[in-house]
Amino acid sequence: MGRGLVLHLCTIALLAAAFFVLPAYHSGNLARIMVLAIYAMGYNLAFGYTGLLSLGHALFFAAGMYGLSLAMTHLAIPALPALGLALVAAGVVAGITGALALRTRGVAFMIVTLMFAQAGYLTALYFSEWTRGEEGFVIPQAMRNIAGIDLSGETGRYFAALFLFAVVLLLIGALVRAPFGRTLIAIRENEARATMLGYDVQRLKWIALVVSGMISGLAGAAYALLFGYAGASFAAVPYSIFPLLYVLLGGAGTTLGPLIGAVFMFYLIDLSSGLTDAYMLVAGVVLVALTLFLPQGILGTLRKRGLPWLP
Amino acid sequence: MTERLPARGLLDRRGALKTLGLGAGALAASTAMPGFIQAQSSAPIRIGFQVHRTGIGASYGRWYDRTSQAAVKRINDAGGINGRMVELVPEDDGTDPKRGAEVVEKFATQSKCDVAFGTLFSHVVIGSAPRAGELKLPYFVVSEGHHVASGMLNRYTLQPGITDVKSQVQAMAPFVSQNLGKKVCMIFPDFAFGHDHRDYFSKAFEAQGGTINAKIAIPPTETSFTKYFPQIPRDTEVIYHVMTGPAVLTFVKELGEFFGPSRPELFGFIDSLEAVDMSSPGLEFLEGSYMWEGNPRYAQADQTEYDKAYREAVGVDDNGASVSDGKDVSTYAHMFGCWETLNIIKAGMEASGYQGPDDRAALIEAVEAMTDMPEGMDHPQGAKRFNGKTHQVFGHQYISKVEGGRMNRVHTTSIEDTLYEDEVDYTTQSF
Repeated sequence: MGRGLVLHLCTIALLAAAFFVLPAYHSGNLARIMVLAIYAMGYNLAFGYTGLLSLGHALFFAAGMYGLSLAMTHLAIPALPALGLALVAAGVVAGITGALALRTRGVAFMIVTLMFAQAGYLTALYFSEWTRGEEGFVIPQAMRNIAGIDLSGETGRYFAALFLFAVVLLLIGALVRAPFGRTLIAIRENEARATMLGYDVQRLKWIALVVSGMISGLAGAAYALLFGYAGASFAAVPYSIFPLLYVLLGGAGTTLGPLIGAVFMFYLIDLSSGLTDAYMLVAGVVLVALTLFLPQGILGTLRKRGLPWLP
Repeated sequence: MTERLPARGLLDRRGALKTLGLGAGALAASTAMPGFIQAQSSAPIRIGFQVHRTGIGASYGRWYDRTSQAAVKRINDAGGINGRMVELVPEDDGTDPKRGAEVVEKFATQSKCDVAFGTLFSHVVIGSAPRAGELKLPYFVVSEGHHVASGMLNRYTLQPGITDVKSQVQAMAPFVSQNLGKKVCMIFPDFAFGHDHRDYFSKAFEAQGGTINAKIAIPPTETSFTKYFPQIPRDTEVIYHVMTGPAVLTFVKELGEFFGPSRPELFGFIDSLEAVDMSSPGLEFLEGSYMWEGNPRYAQADQTEYDKAYREAVGVDDNGASVSDGKDVSTYAHMFGCWETLNIIKAGMEASGYQGPDDRAALIEAVEAMTDMPEGMDHPQGAKRFNGKTHQVFGHQYISKVEGGRMNRVHTTSIEDTLYEDEVDYTTQSF
């Protein structure tokens, strides 16, 4: 068993233990943070490993969120199959977006993905008869259960979030060690060389974006299922920026960086908002400082300065 | 005995130490224990205040904050609730549903608040309410959304201090049809807020024998509106407009340029002009038009003593602006909801003999039992009627005319004008 896998398993075990140790407020926070970390892990696959700087991942997050919540609310589909529908919805949306957006690269790719996400956001507003637009809607508490496990309760919610987090973490850990992941890293490092070596770079980037979109969609669906709400604000621009921040803070191209970044950002906002109304300024200054002094993020810097085995 | 003598000496020293120790303990207890006992009986009642300090709702949040602080001061000056002082525990929700839910969790599990209260924007309410219900934290919202009465939320969420958009909109229909015209063109933003107006008003207006001759939906990203105005039918007698956000100033200016001096009657909602000075450039075109107001911004000629005292307590002048800065215009049409909601929490806690979180269900039942609320210092906006089944309050609505750059009230609806069929009975849900 490699050190990376051991680290992942220890992280999952620590998170499981945290539920029994932490006060209720913090364990509740951690459930939400794990969902956000899933989102960031999906984003990391595109950005951190493949070098695709997307500003449109909120589209995939929202596709999963609406895929699940519309199916549950309007079609009375139970949670588990609705979760499957959410993955399909996010995958299809990511597939179509990727097929078009991947014709561009660099700054143009950022702009095109941003525009796709904005179109998705406006679509959610436009079909307000179904989505209730910017207001959003509640997923009935009675429907939020899988196999008899109440996902609206603190225990059910926490361990469902942990289960999804663990599955995605182990999947990404395996994926980036596999030849497929190595090839994505090769594309990130030198796309022209990867092309010259005979890899179908365009197809691989598309697959990476679809998998990334599906993981992001899973996070969106998990948020709706575990916290009982779906709304268009999750499709808006800030929700495309958040995973980028989490990944940059934690360390792009590291498997646990998204979790570290999500924890850091969550508590930075939570703690600084208790000290001052200008907490976004505090958050901004801290982010600038981190970018200046830890340009590769927290885990990225650790990997560079003594822990080269960090996955 | 002899064996015990030395021991007695020892015991004496020990006894002295014990006595000293007990004395010190008693001294400490005399200060600490009452504190502990007070924690059970007279510790402050903590009200988690979910406030829009940042984000799109910040101008509302600023005034919701001032109003709530003033209401709490009044309650505390009068002896608090059940003999306990009230403490507001404010947390910024960023006008964001995700942060709103986090803030509610913080109130329930970390700040140890007795109840949560305060937020305005519907998406924050809808995003937060499921968590309030799951954490069994009474959640008193001041949002005017129809989400509470629609049955979407849960037994722990109540809106007893402000009326909802459905009742507001339908109550406008009789006045418009009887005083302004029978053919109405509606211009509204193409999202849920605008759709609510479109649906509720057109239904109520057609029931009055009127006709909606056009429904013009404006995309939410639009910044210029002139191209939509040719869609307004020539025979339009009244334009009903509910544009929101900063673009409202452009909308009004362009509407004025399009029509010039001969325009149909105009009827709008003050929501988009809350915290906006009526003398702002471009708003001259609203002169002579009509506005819904939840509470008249300008002190009226027949101002009640309650409105006068309420303004003074919050720090609002006769023009609806801050007494310390005439340019700092309040959100007067909505913020009374905070004042009244806090008074209802007080009344509910007193009626239920509220002592702590174990009495939360009793508090909700006490509020559900409320019906008529007379106009007074607890309800300076006017009398109210609470529907315990739908958790929604109903009350008078005001229609004002813009005259000389200020708004003068020309009509007050009855409470009956605002009523509609129940869509839910929350009292059937278990706690």
